[in-house]
Amino acid sequence: MAANTAQAKTQFGYRRHPDQERSGANVAEHPVVVVGAGPVGLSLAIDLAQRGQRVVLLDDADRIGEGSRAICFSKRSLEFWDRLGVGDRMVEKGVVWSVGKIFHGASQLYQFNLLPEEGHKRPAFINLQQFYAEAYLVDRVEQLPEIDLRWRNKVIALESRNDGVALTIATPEGSYQVRASFVVACDGARSSLRQMVGADFAGQVFEDQFLIADVKMTAAFPTERWFWFDPPFHAGRSALLHKQPDDIWRIDLQLNPDADPVAEKQPENVRPRIERMLGHDKFEFEWISLYKFQCRRMAKFIHGRVIFAGDSAHQVSPFGARGANSGLEDAENLAWKLDRVLRRLSPESLLETYHIERSAAADENIRESTRSTDFMAPVTRQEARLREAVLSLAKDTEFGKRMVNGGRLSVPSVYDTPLSSGDRDDWRGGPRPGTSMPDAPVTEQGGGSSYLTDVFIRQGTRFTLLEFGNGTAADVPEGVGSIRVGGEGGLVDAQGLAGKRYDAEPGTAYLLRPDGYVAARFRNAARPPLDAALARASGVS
Amino acid sequence: MALSTSSNFAKPDDAFRAIVEAHRGLTEAQSADLDAALVLVLANHIGDLDVLREAIALAKRRTLDASQQQQQQQQ
Repeated sequence: MAANTAQAKTQFGYRRHPDQERSGANVAEHPVVVVGAGPVGLSLAIDLAQRGQRVVLLDDADRIGEGSRAICFSKRSLEFWDRLGVGDRMVEKGVVWSVGKIFHGASQLYQFNLLPEEGHKRPAFINLQQFYAEAYLVDRVEQLPEIDLRWRNKVIALESRNDGVALTIATPEGSYQVRASFVVACDGARSSLRQMVGADFAGQVFEDQFLIADVKMTAAFPTERWFWFDPPFHAGRSALLHKQPDDIWRIDLQLNPDADPVAEKQPENVRPRIERMLGHDKFEFEWISLYKFQCRRMAKFIHGRVIFAGDSAHQVSPFGARGANSGLEDAENLAWKLDRVLRRLSPESLLETYHIERSAAADENIRESTRSTDFMAPVTRQEARLREAVLSLAKDTEFGKRMVNGGRLSVPSVYDTPLSSGDRDDWRGGPRPGTSMPDAPVTEQGGGSSYLTDVFIRQGTRFTLLEFGNGTAADVPEGVGSIRVGGEGGLVDAQGLAGKRYDAEPGTAYLLRPDGYVAARFRNAARPPLDAALARASGVS
Repeated sequence: MALSTSSNFAKPDDAFRAIVEAHRGLTEAQSADLDAALVLVLANHIGDLDVLREAIALAKRRTLDASQQQQQQQQ
């Protein structure tokens, strides 16, 4: 292979910052400090910067983490990354997939397609090593002068005040202090900021151990997610095989609860298992990791002016691709709200809806991934018996197939939120308020083809009214973007998919939030109800 | 109450018999496997989570009642 142009920089230098010269009453004050430059912290910083906020982004390391770690990025995450200007790069490098197969023993039980319909810009999922995602995000950060990314800056103390937070930061050249109006802790499952605010992190610990191996092999193998219950090469347990870029394959093997972690991790012990799985020995190990996991979340995602996002706030089992993807959903949910609060366009109470919406999403993710885990590793004899009954019924029945749970893959949560205005008109379909906007292909007046998600970005990723043609354009409030499908000068819904997905009639209008969620919808968008919905969605009323 | 507990079979003895006979000749473990599959098949046929929950509650109350009676008899 030629020099990999997508290969990105992973090692970064510490640089002294003028803030470090300041002390006492003279310490630097910043609107937002984001702690942790992983996928969540980086994406949040970019979103805030694109909205015009200055962001200090701290990370205690000076390099991007090793190992593939999170590898499945969802359609929703890709749409978010499109808004941040990194979607194309992720998709170009990533492995696109939408088909999964489930096996029981040696035979296939069924297969599923996560995105069975056409007309979406982004696929259901891409697989991409987390270090690539982080590297591309860092490249984007470096294009944005609003972001001040400081490597080897470790927060060692935190003092909450009414109107902000004082942070003490250790560097290779000693420690210094800054003050921030808001701190967002994206510092991972072992969050030190969570400990500093004294928050609990309760939940369920799973006893089963899983082994992850990334192996390099050039093999003709379909780009699909393969999941086995009780495979011939790993009797009684489960296994997962998934393709990543660079001819790397992710293998997850469930181990016995009493397996010895040190011995299991030795390549000479892992190799025979994988040889049996692949049926050959033409592979090399890139990375081996052993893990147990927990499903838990913080009771409150906001502690004064310290806000938690991603793994620092919630942890799930890896089955379902709900870790990094839900963290990215946190970031996009928080960015526009924090921006509005910092600009004093919305009251600080708008941030409370971040907790409401995202903690409910965390509960859903924990519930789904706990169910998957329990299905893979039944706790009691009777649970195992019911599981076996489902697997055997799945061979012959549709309902059995649908009960087999080899991981329910991440889809965006539907929010039951005070920001939504309830439906007053009659709807037969389409996204109800609290739902993420469905994508659809549209043709522009000049004949160019595009997607609704792209048009939304071009409207400025702000509150936007999506209207379906009815002669004249609706009277759109100031500061609100406008997308018109059909009608004079509007986008053309050549395939009729936009109209179908939004249950559109002439005059139908959807008010979209800056994160692309539906806030309200109308059969006819008259100003008073539209203004009321906008005020509600901004947290103003 | 959505769960029907009135008698729905014209010949209840035939229904009971059909289930009993399905277990004839099976070991305890095989019987338990059969029951597990049968419960899932029937639950799907009902296809109503509220009815299923009521059915579970009714069945569970009966087991609790039985275990309480047993305890009282032992005392």
